[in-house]
Amino acid sequence: MSDVNANATRRVIPDRLGTPVTRILASWEVLLFGVAVLIFIANSLASPYFLDAYNLSDATFNFTEKAMIAFAMALLIIAGEIDLSVAAIIALASTAMGAAAQAGVGTAGLVAIGIGVGVLCGAFNGTLVSVLKLPSIVVTIGTMSLFRGISYIVLGDKAYGGYPESFAYFGQGYLFWVFSFEFGLFLLCAAVFAVLLHATNFGRQVYVIGNNDFAARFSGVPVERVKFILFLLTGLMSGIASVCLTSRLGSTRPSIAQGWELEVVTMVVLGGVSILGGAGTIAGVVIAAFVMGLVTFGLGLLNVPGIVMSIFVGLLLIITIALPILARRIKQASRS
Amino acid sequence: MTKLLKSRELLLSGIIVLMIAGFATRAQGFAEPGNLVNIFNDTSILIILALAQMTVILTKSIDLSVAANLAFTGMAVAMTNAAFPDLPLVLLIVMALGIGAFLGSINGFLVWILQIPPIVVTLGTLTIYRGMAFVLSGGAWVNAHQMTPTFLNVPRTPFLGLPILSWVAIAVVLGMGFLLTRTPFGRSAYASGGNPVAAVYAGIDIGRTRFFAFVLSGAMAGLCSYLWVSRYAVAYVDIANGFELDSVAACVIGGISIAGGIGSVAGAVLGSLFLGVIKNALPVIGISPFAQMAISGVVIILAVVFNARAEAKKGRIILRNRATHEATA
Repeated sequence: MSDVNANATRRVIPDRLGTPVTRILASWEVLLFGVAVLIFIANSLASPYFLDAYNLSDATFNFTEKAMIAFAMALLIIAGEIDLSVAAIIALASTAMGAAAQAGVGTAGLVAIGIGVGVLCGAFNGTLVSVLKLPSIVVTIGTMSLFRGISYIVLGDKAYGGYPESFAYFGQGYLFWVFSFEFGLFLLCAAVFAVLLHATNFGRQVYVIGNNDFAARFSGVPVERVKFILFLLTGLMSGIASVCLTSRLGSTRPSIAQGWELEVVTMVVLGGVSILGGAGTIAGVVIAAFVMGLVTFGLGLLNVPGIVMSIFVGLLLIITIALPILARRIKQASRS
Repeated sequence: MTKLLKSRELLLSGIIVLMIAGFATRAQGFAEPGNLVNIFNDTSILIILALAQMTVILTKSIDLSVAANLAFTGMAVAMTNAAFPDLPLVLLIVMALGIGAFLGSINGFLVWILQIPPIVVTLGTLTIYRGMAFVLSGGAWVNAHQMTPTFLNVPRTPFLGLPILSWVAIAVVLGMGFLLTRTPFGRSAYASGGNPVAAVYAGIDIGRTRFFAFVLSGAMAGLCSYLWVSRYAVAYVDIANGFELDSVAACVIGGISIAGGIGSVAGAVLGSLFLGVIKNALPVIGISPFAQMAISGVVIILAVVFNARAEAKKGRIILRNRATHEATA
């Protein structure tokens, strides 16, 4: 991802900023929120079963686990790196938890193992990228193969089950009424990452690295350390997502969460994070998570098969990136 | 630079020969010519796709949609064959090339005109193309008995000791070797990946070069779709799932720099053969085929580490070489 920065630095800086109101109205987050509302309305018109508290609560499971990873991935992409191994980390962490459950480890131990494996995988990615200075996109394609490959070696065509009963709470439990534990965790993670990115020194460093990692180095930003921490965070969130997903499904196969890395990246980019690094907000990612959840859930209610939904996800990804580019072109053309 | 590259390819050939010799001690007959021909034939499709991927990577892009393109085009070709058994095979192959090239041109268009990063474009089209394969077939399979005998038999017909499939791969290798080293397109591909800024000043249209690299990659995926479907005598939505990573892996192992501009046809071919030998050896020496994924993961990571070191050493030499090139040109 570092090679694209050369093209990215030529930002157009407007002569004068719009008024605060127009700036907010024209922001990506507000646009996306509008899209979310439209999809919500379209869904409720298309299916009579959509507007139901229990149904909507079920719908949140479509995106909560992916969104947890997406928050960490957003930071990583803003810093100009990417991690394609997140879904494989889920598989490896889930396999480790399955093996531990077979050995009779209790719920607390399982959670620790799941999160621990996630952190270790993140540390492995981080070491390769920030210590050995390798391009993250190939490294994580390699570790994606490696992590999921280990699951395949351990499990082959078998599956782990038999998790303790109390372990089911993380994926199936409810805090109160229709608010699931996962949804609560999703909101908590959103808040934590929003503070981390927008209100701390660390968050500013992430932006600086993504905008110009050369300048960041000269400004005394510990570039390698920040990148390492970001990979660690992504591993951590993948571990947490793995705990939730494994608990929700109640079983582990090596193909668990296959293809999620694409959906997570799509969610991040849809949320207005620049794939070239340097720009984006957590609020955008949260709204994007809702948009994707609503789209897949609505299509599901209309009996659209999963693989056809993936067409919509792919289109959504390309269109949301293409539209602002086209809009900017048209604006420039009309000015000259 | 050529010296270093040469050594890279020599090293890789040496490793492959050592591997074959090592496996032969564990399993009798592994190194026999008949088995080696089988391995080459088995790797032919990967070789073709790796060369396509290499062209794209040279221009500082990546095409993750090749396998999905293969699945969609393969499905389209197989269904056409099943529905109209009278159509000549040549027409079907042209159709495969055409559909593949068209899907590739969509990638190329988005990268060239809209300047969306290639990884995002092809991540998106990967899911779209495979989804379209499902829409096209409705999830149904096209099985061997629905395809015509000619459709199935041509790639496996022996010719001068090798199946036609292997000859196709050899032809593609030679063609790509010519295209990349002896034509303006090939030089532009290297230039636009090696140093985009300098390429622009040299009058090379980087966007257009990338576009044609994607079209080429798509056409190759189309060609492979026919080869794949006829070789395995079945077409379904999930064929070649994850094969895009194998093609990238073959390139990385073959010393093609993911940052663009560096790499050779021989490297991509050797990288593919490396993976092909491992894939064919695992069952023979009694390692679970499930281990293959982890092994390719380790190999990719090691190859990336190795590449990074080689490139770091090369820095100065490239500059000097370029300078002499410009002086003589």
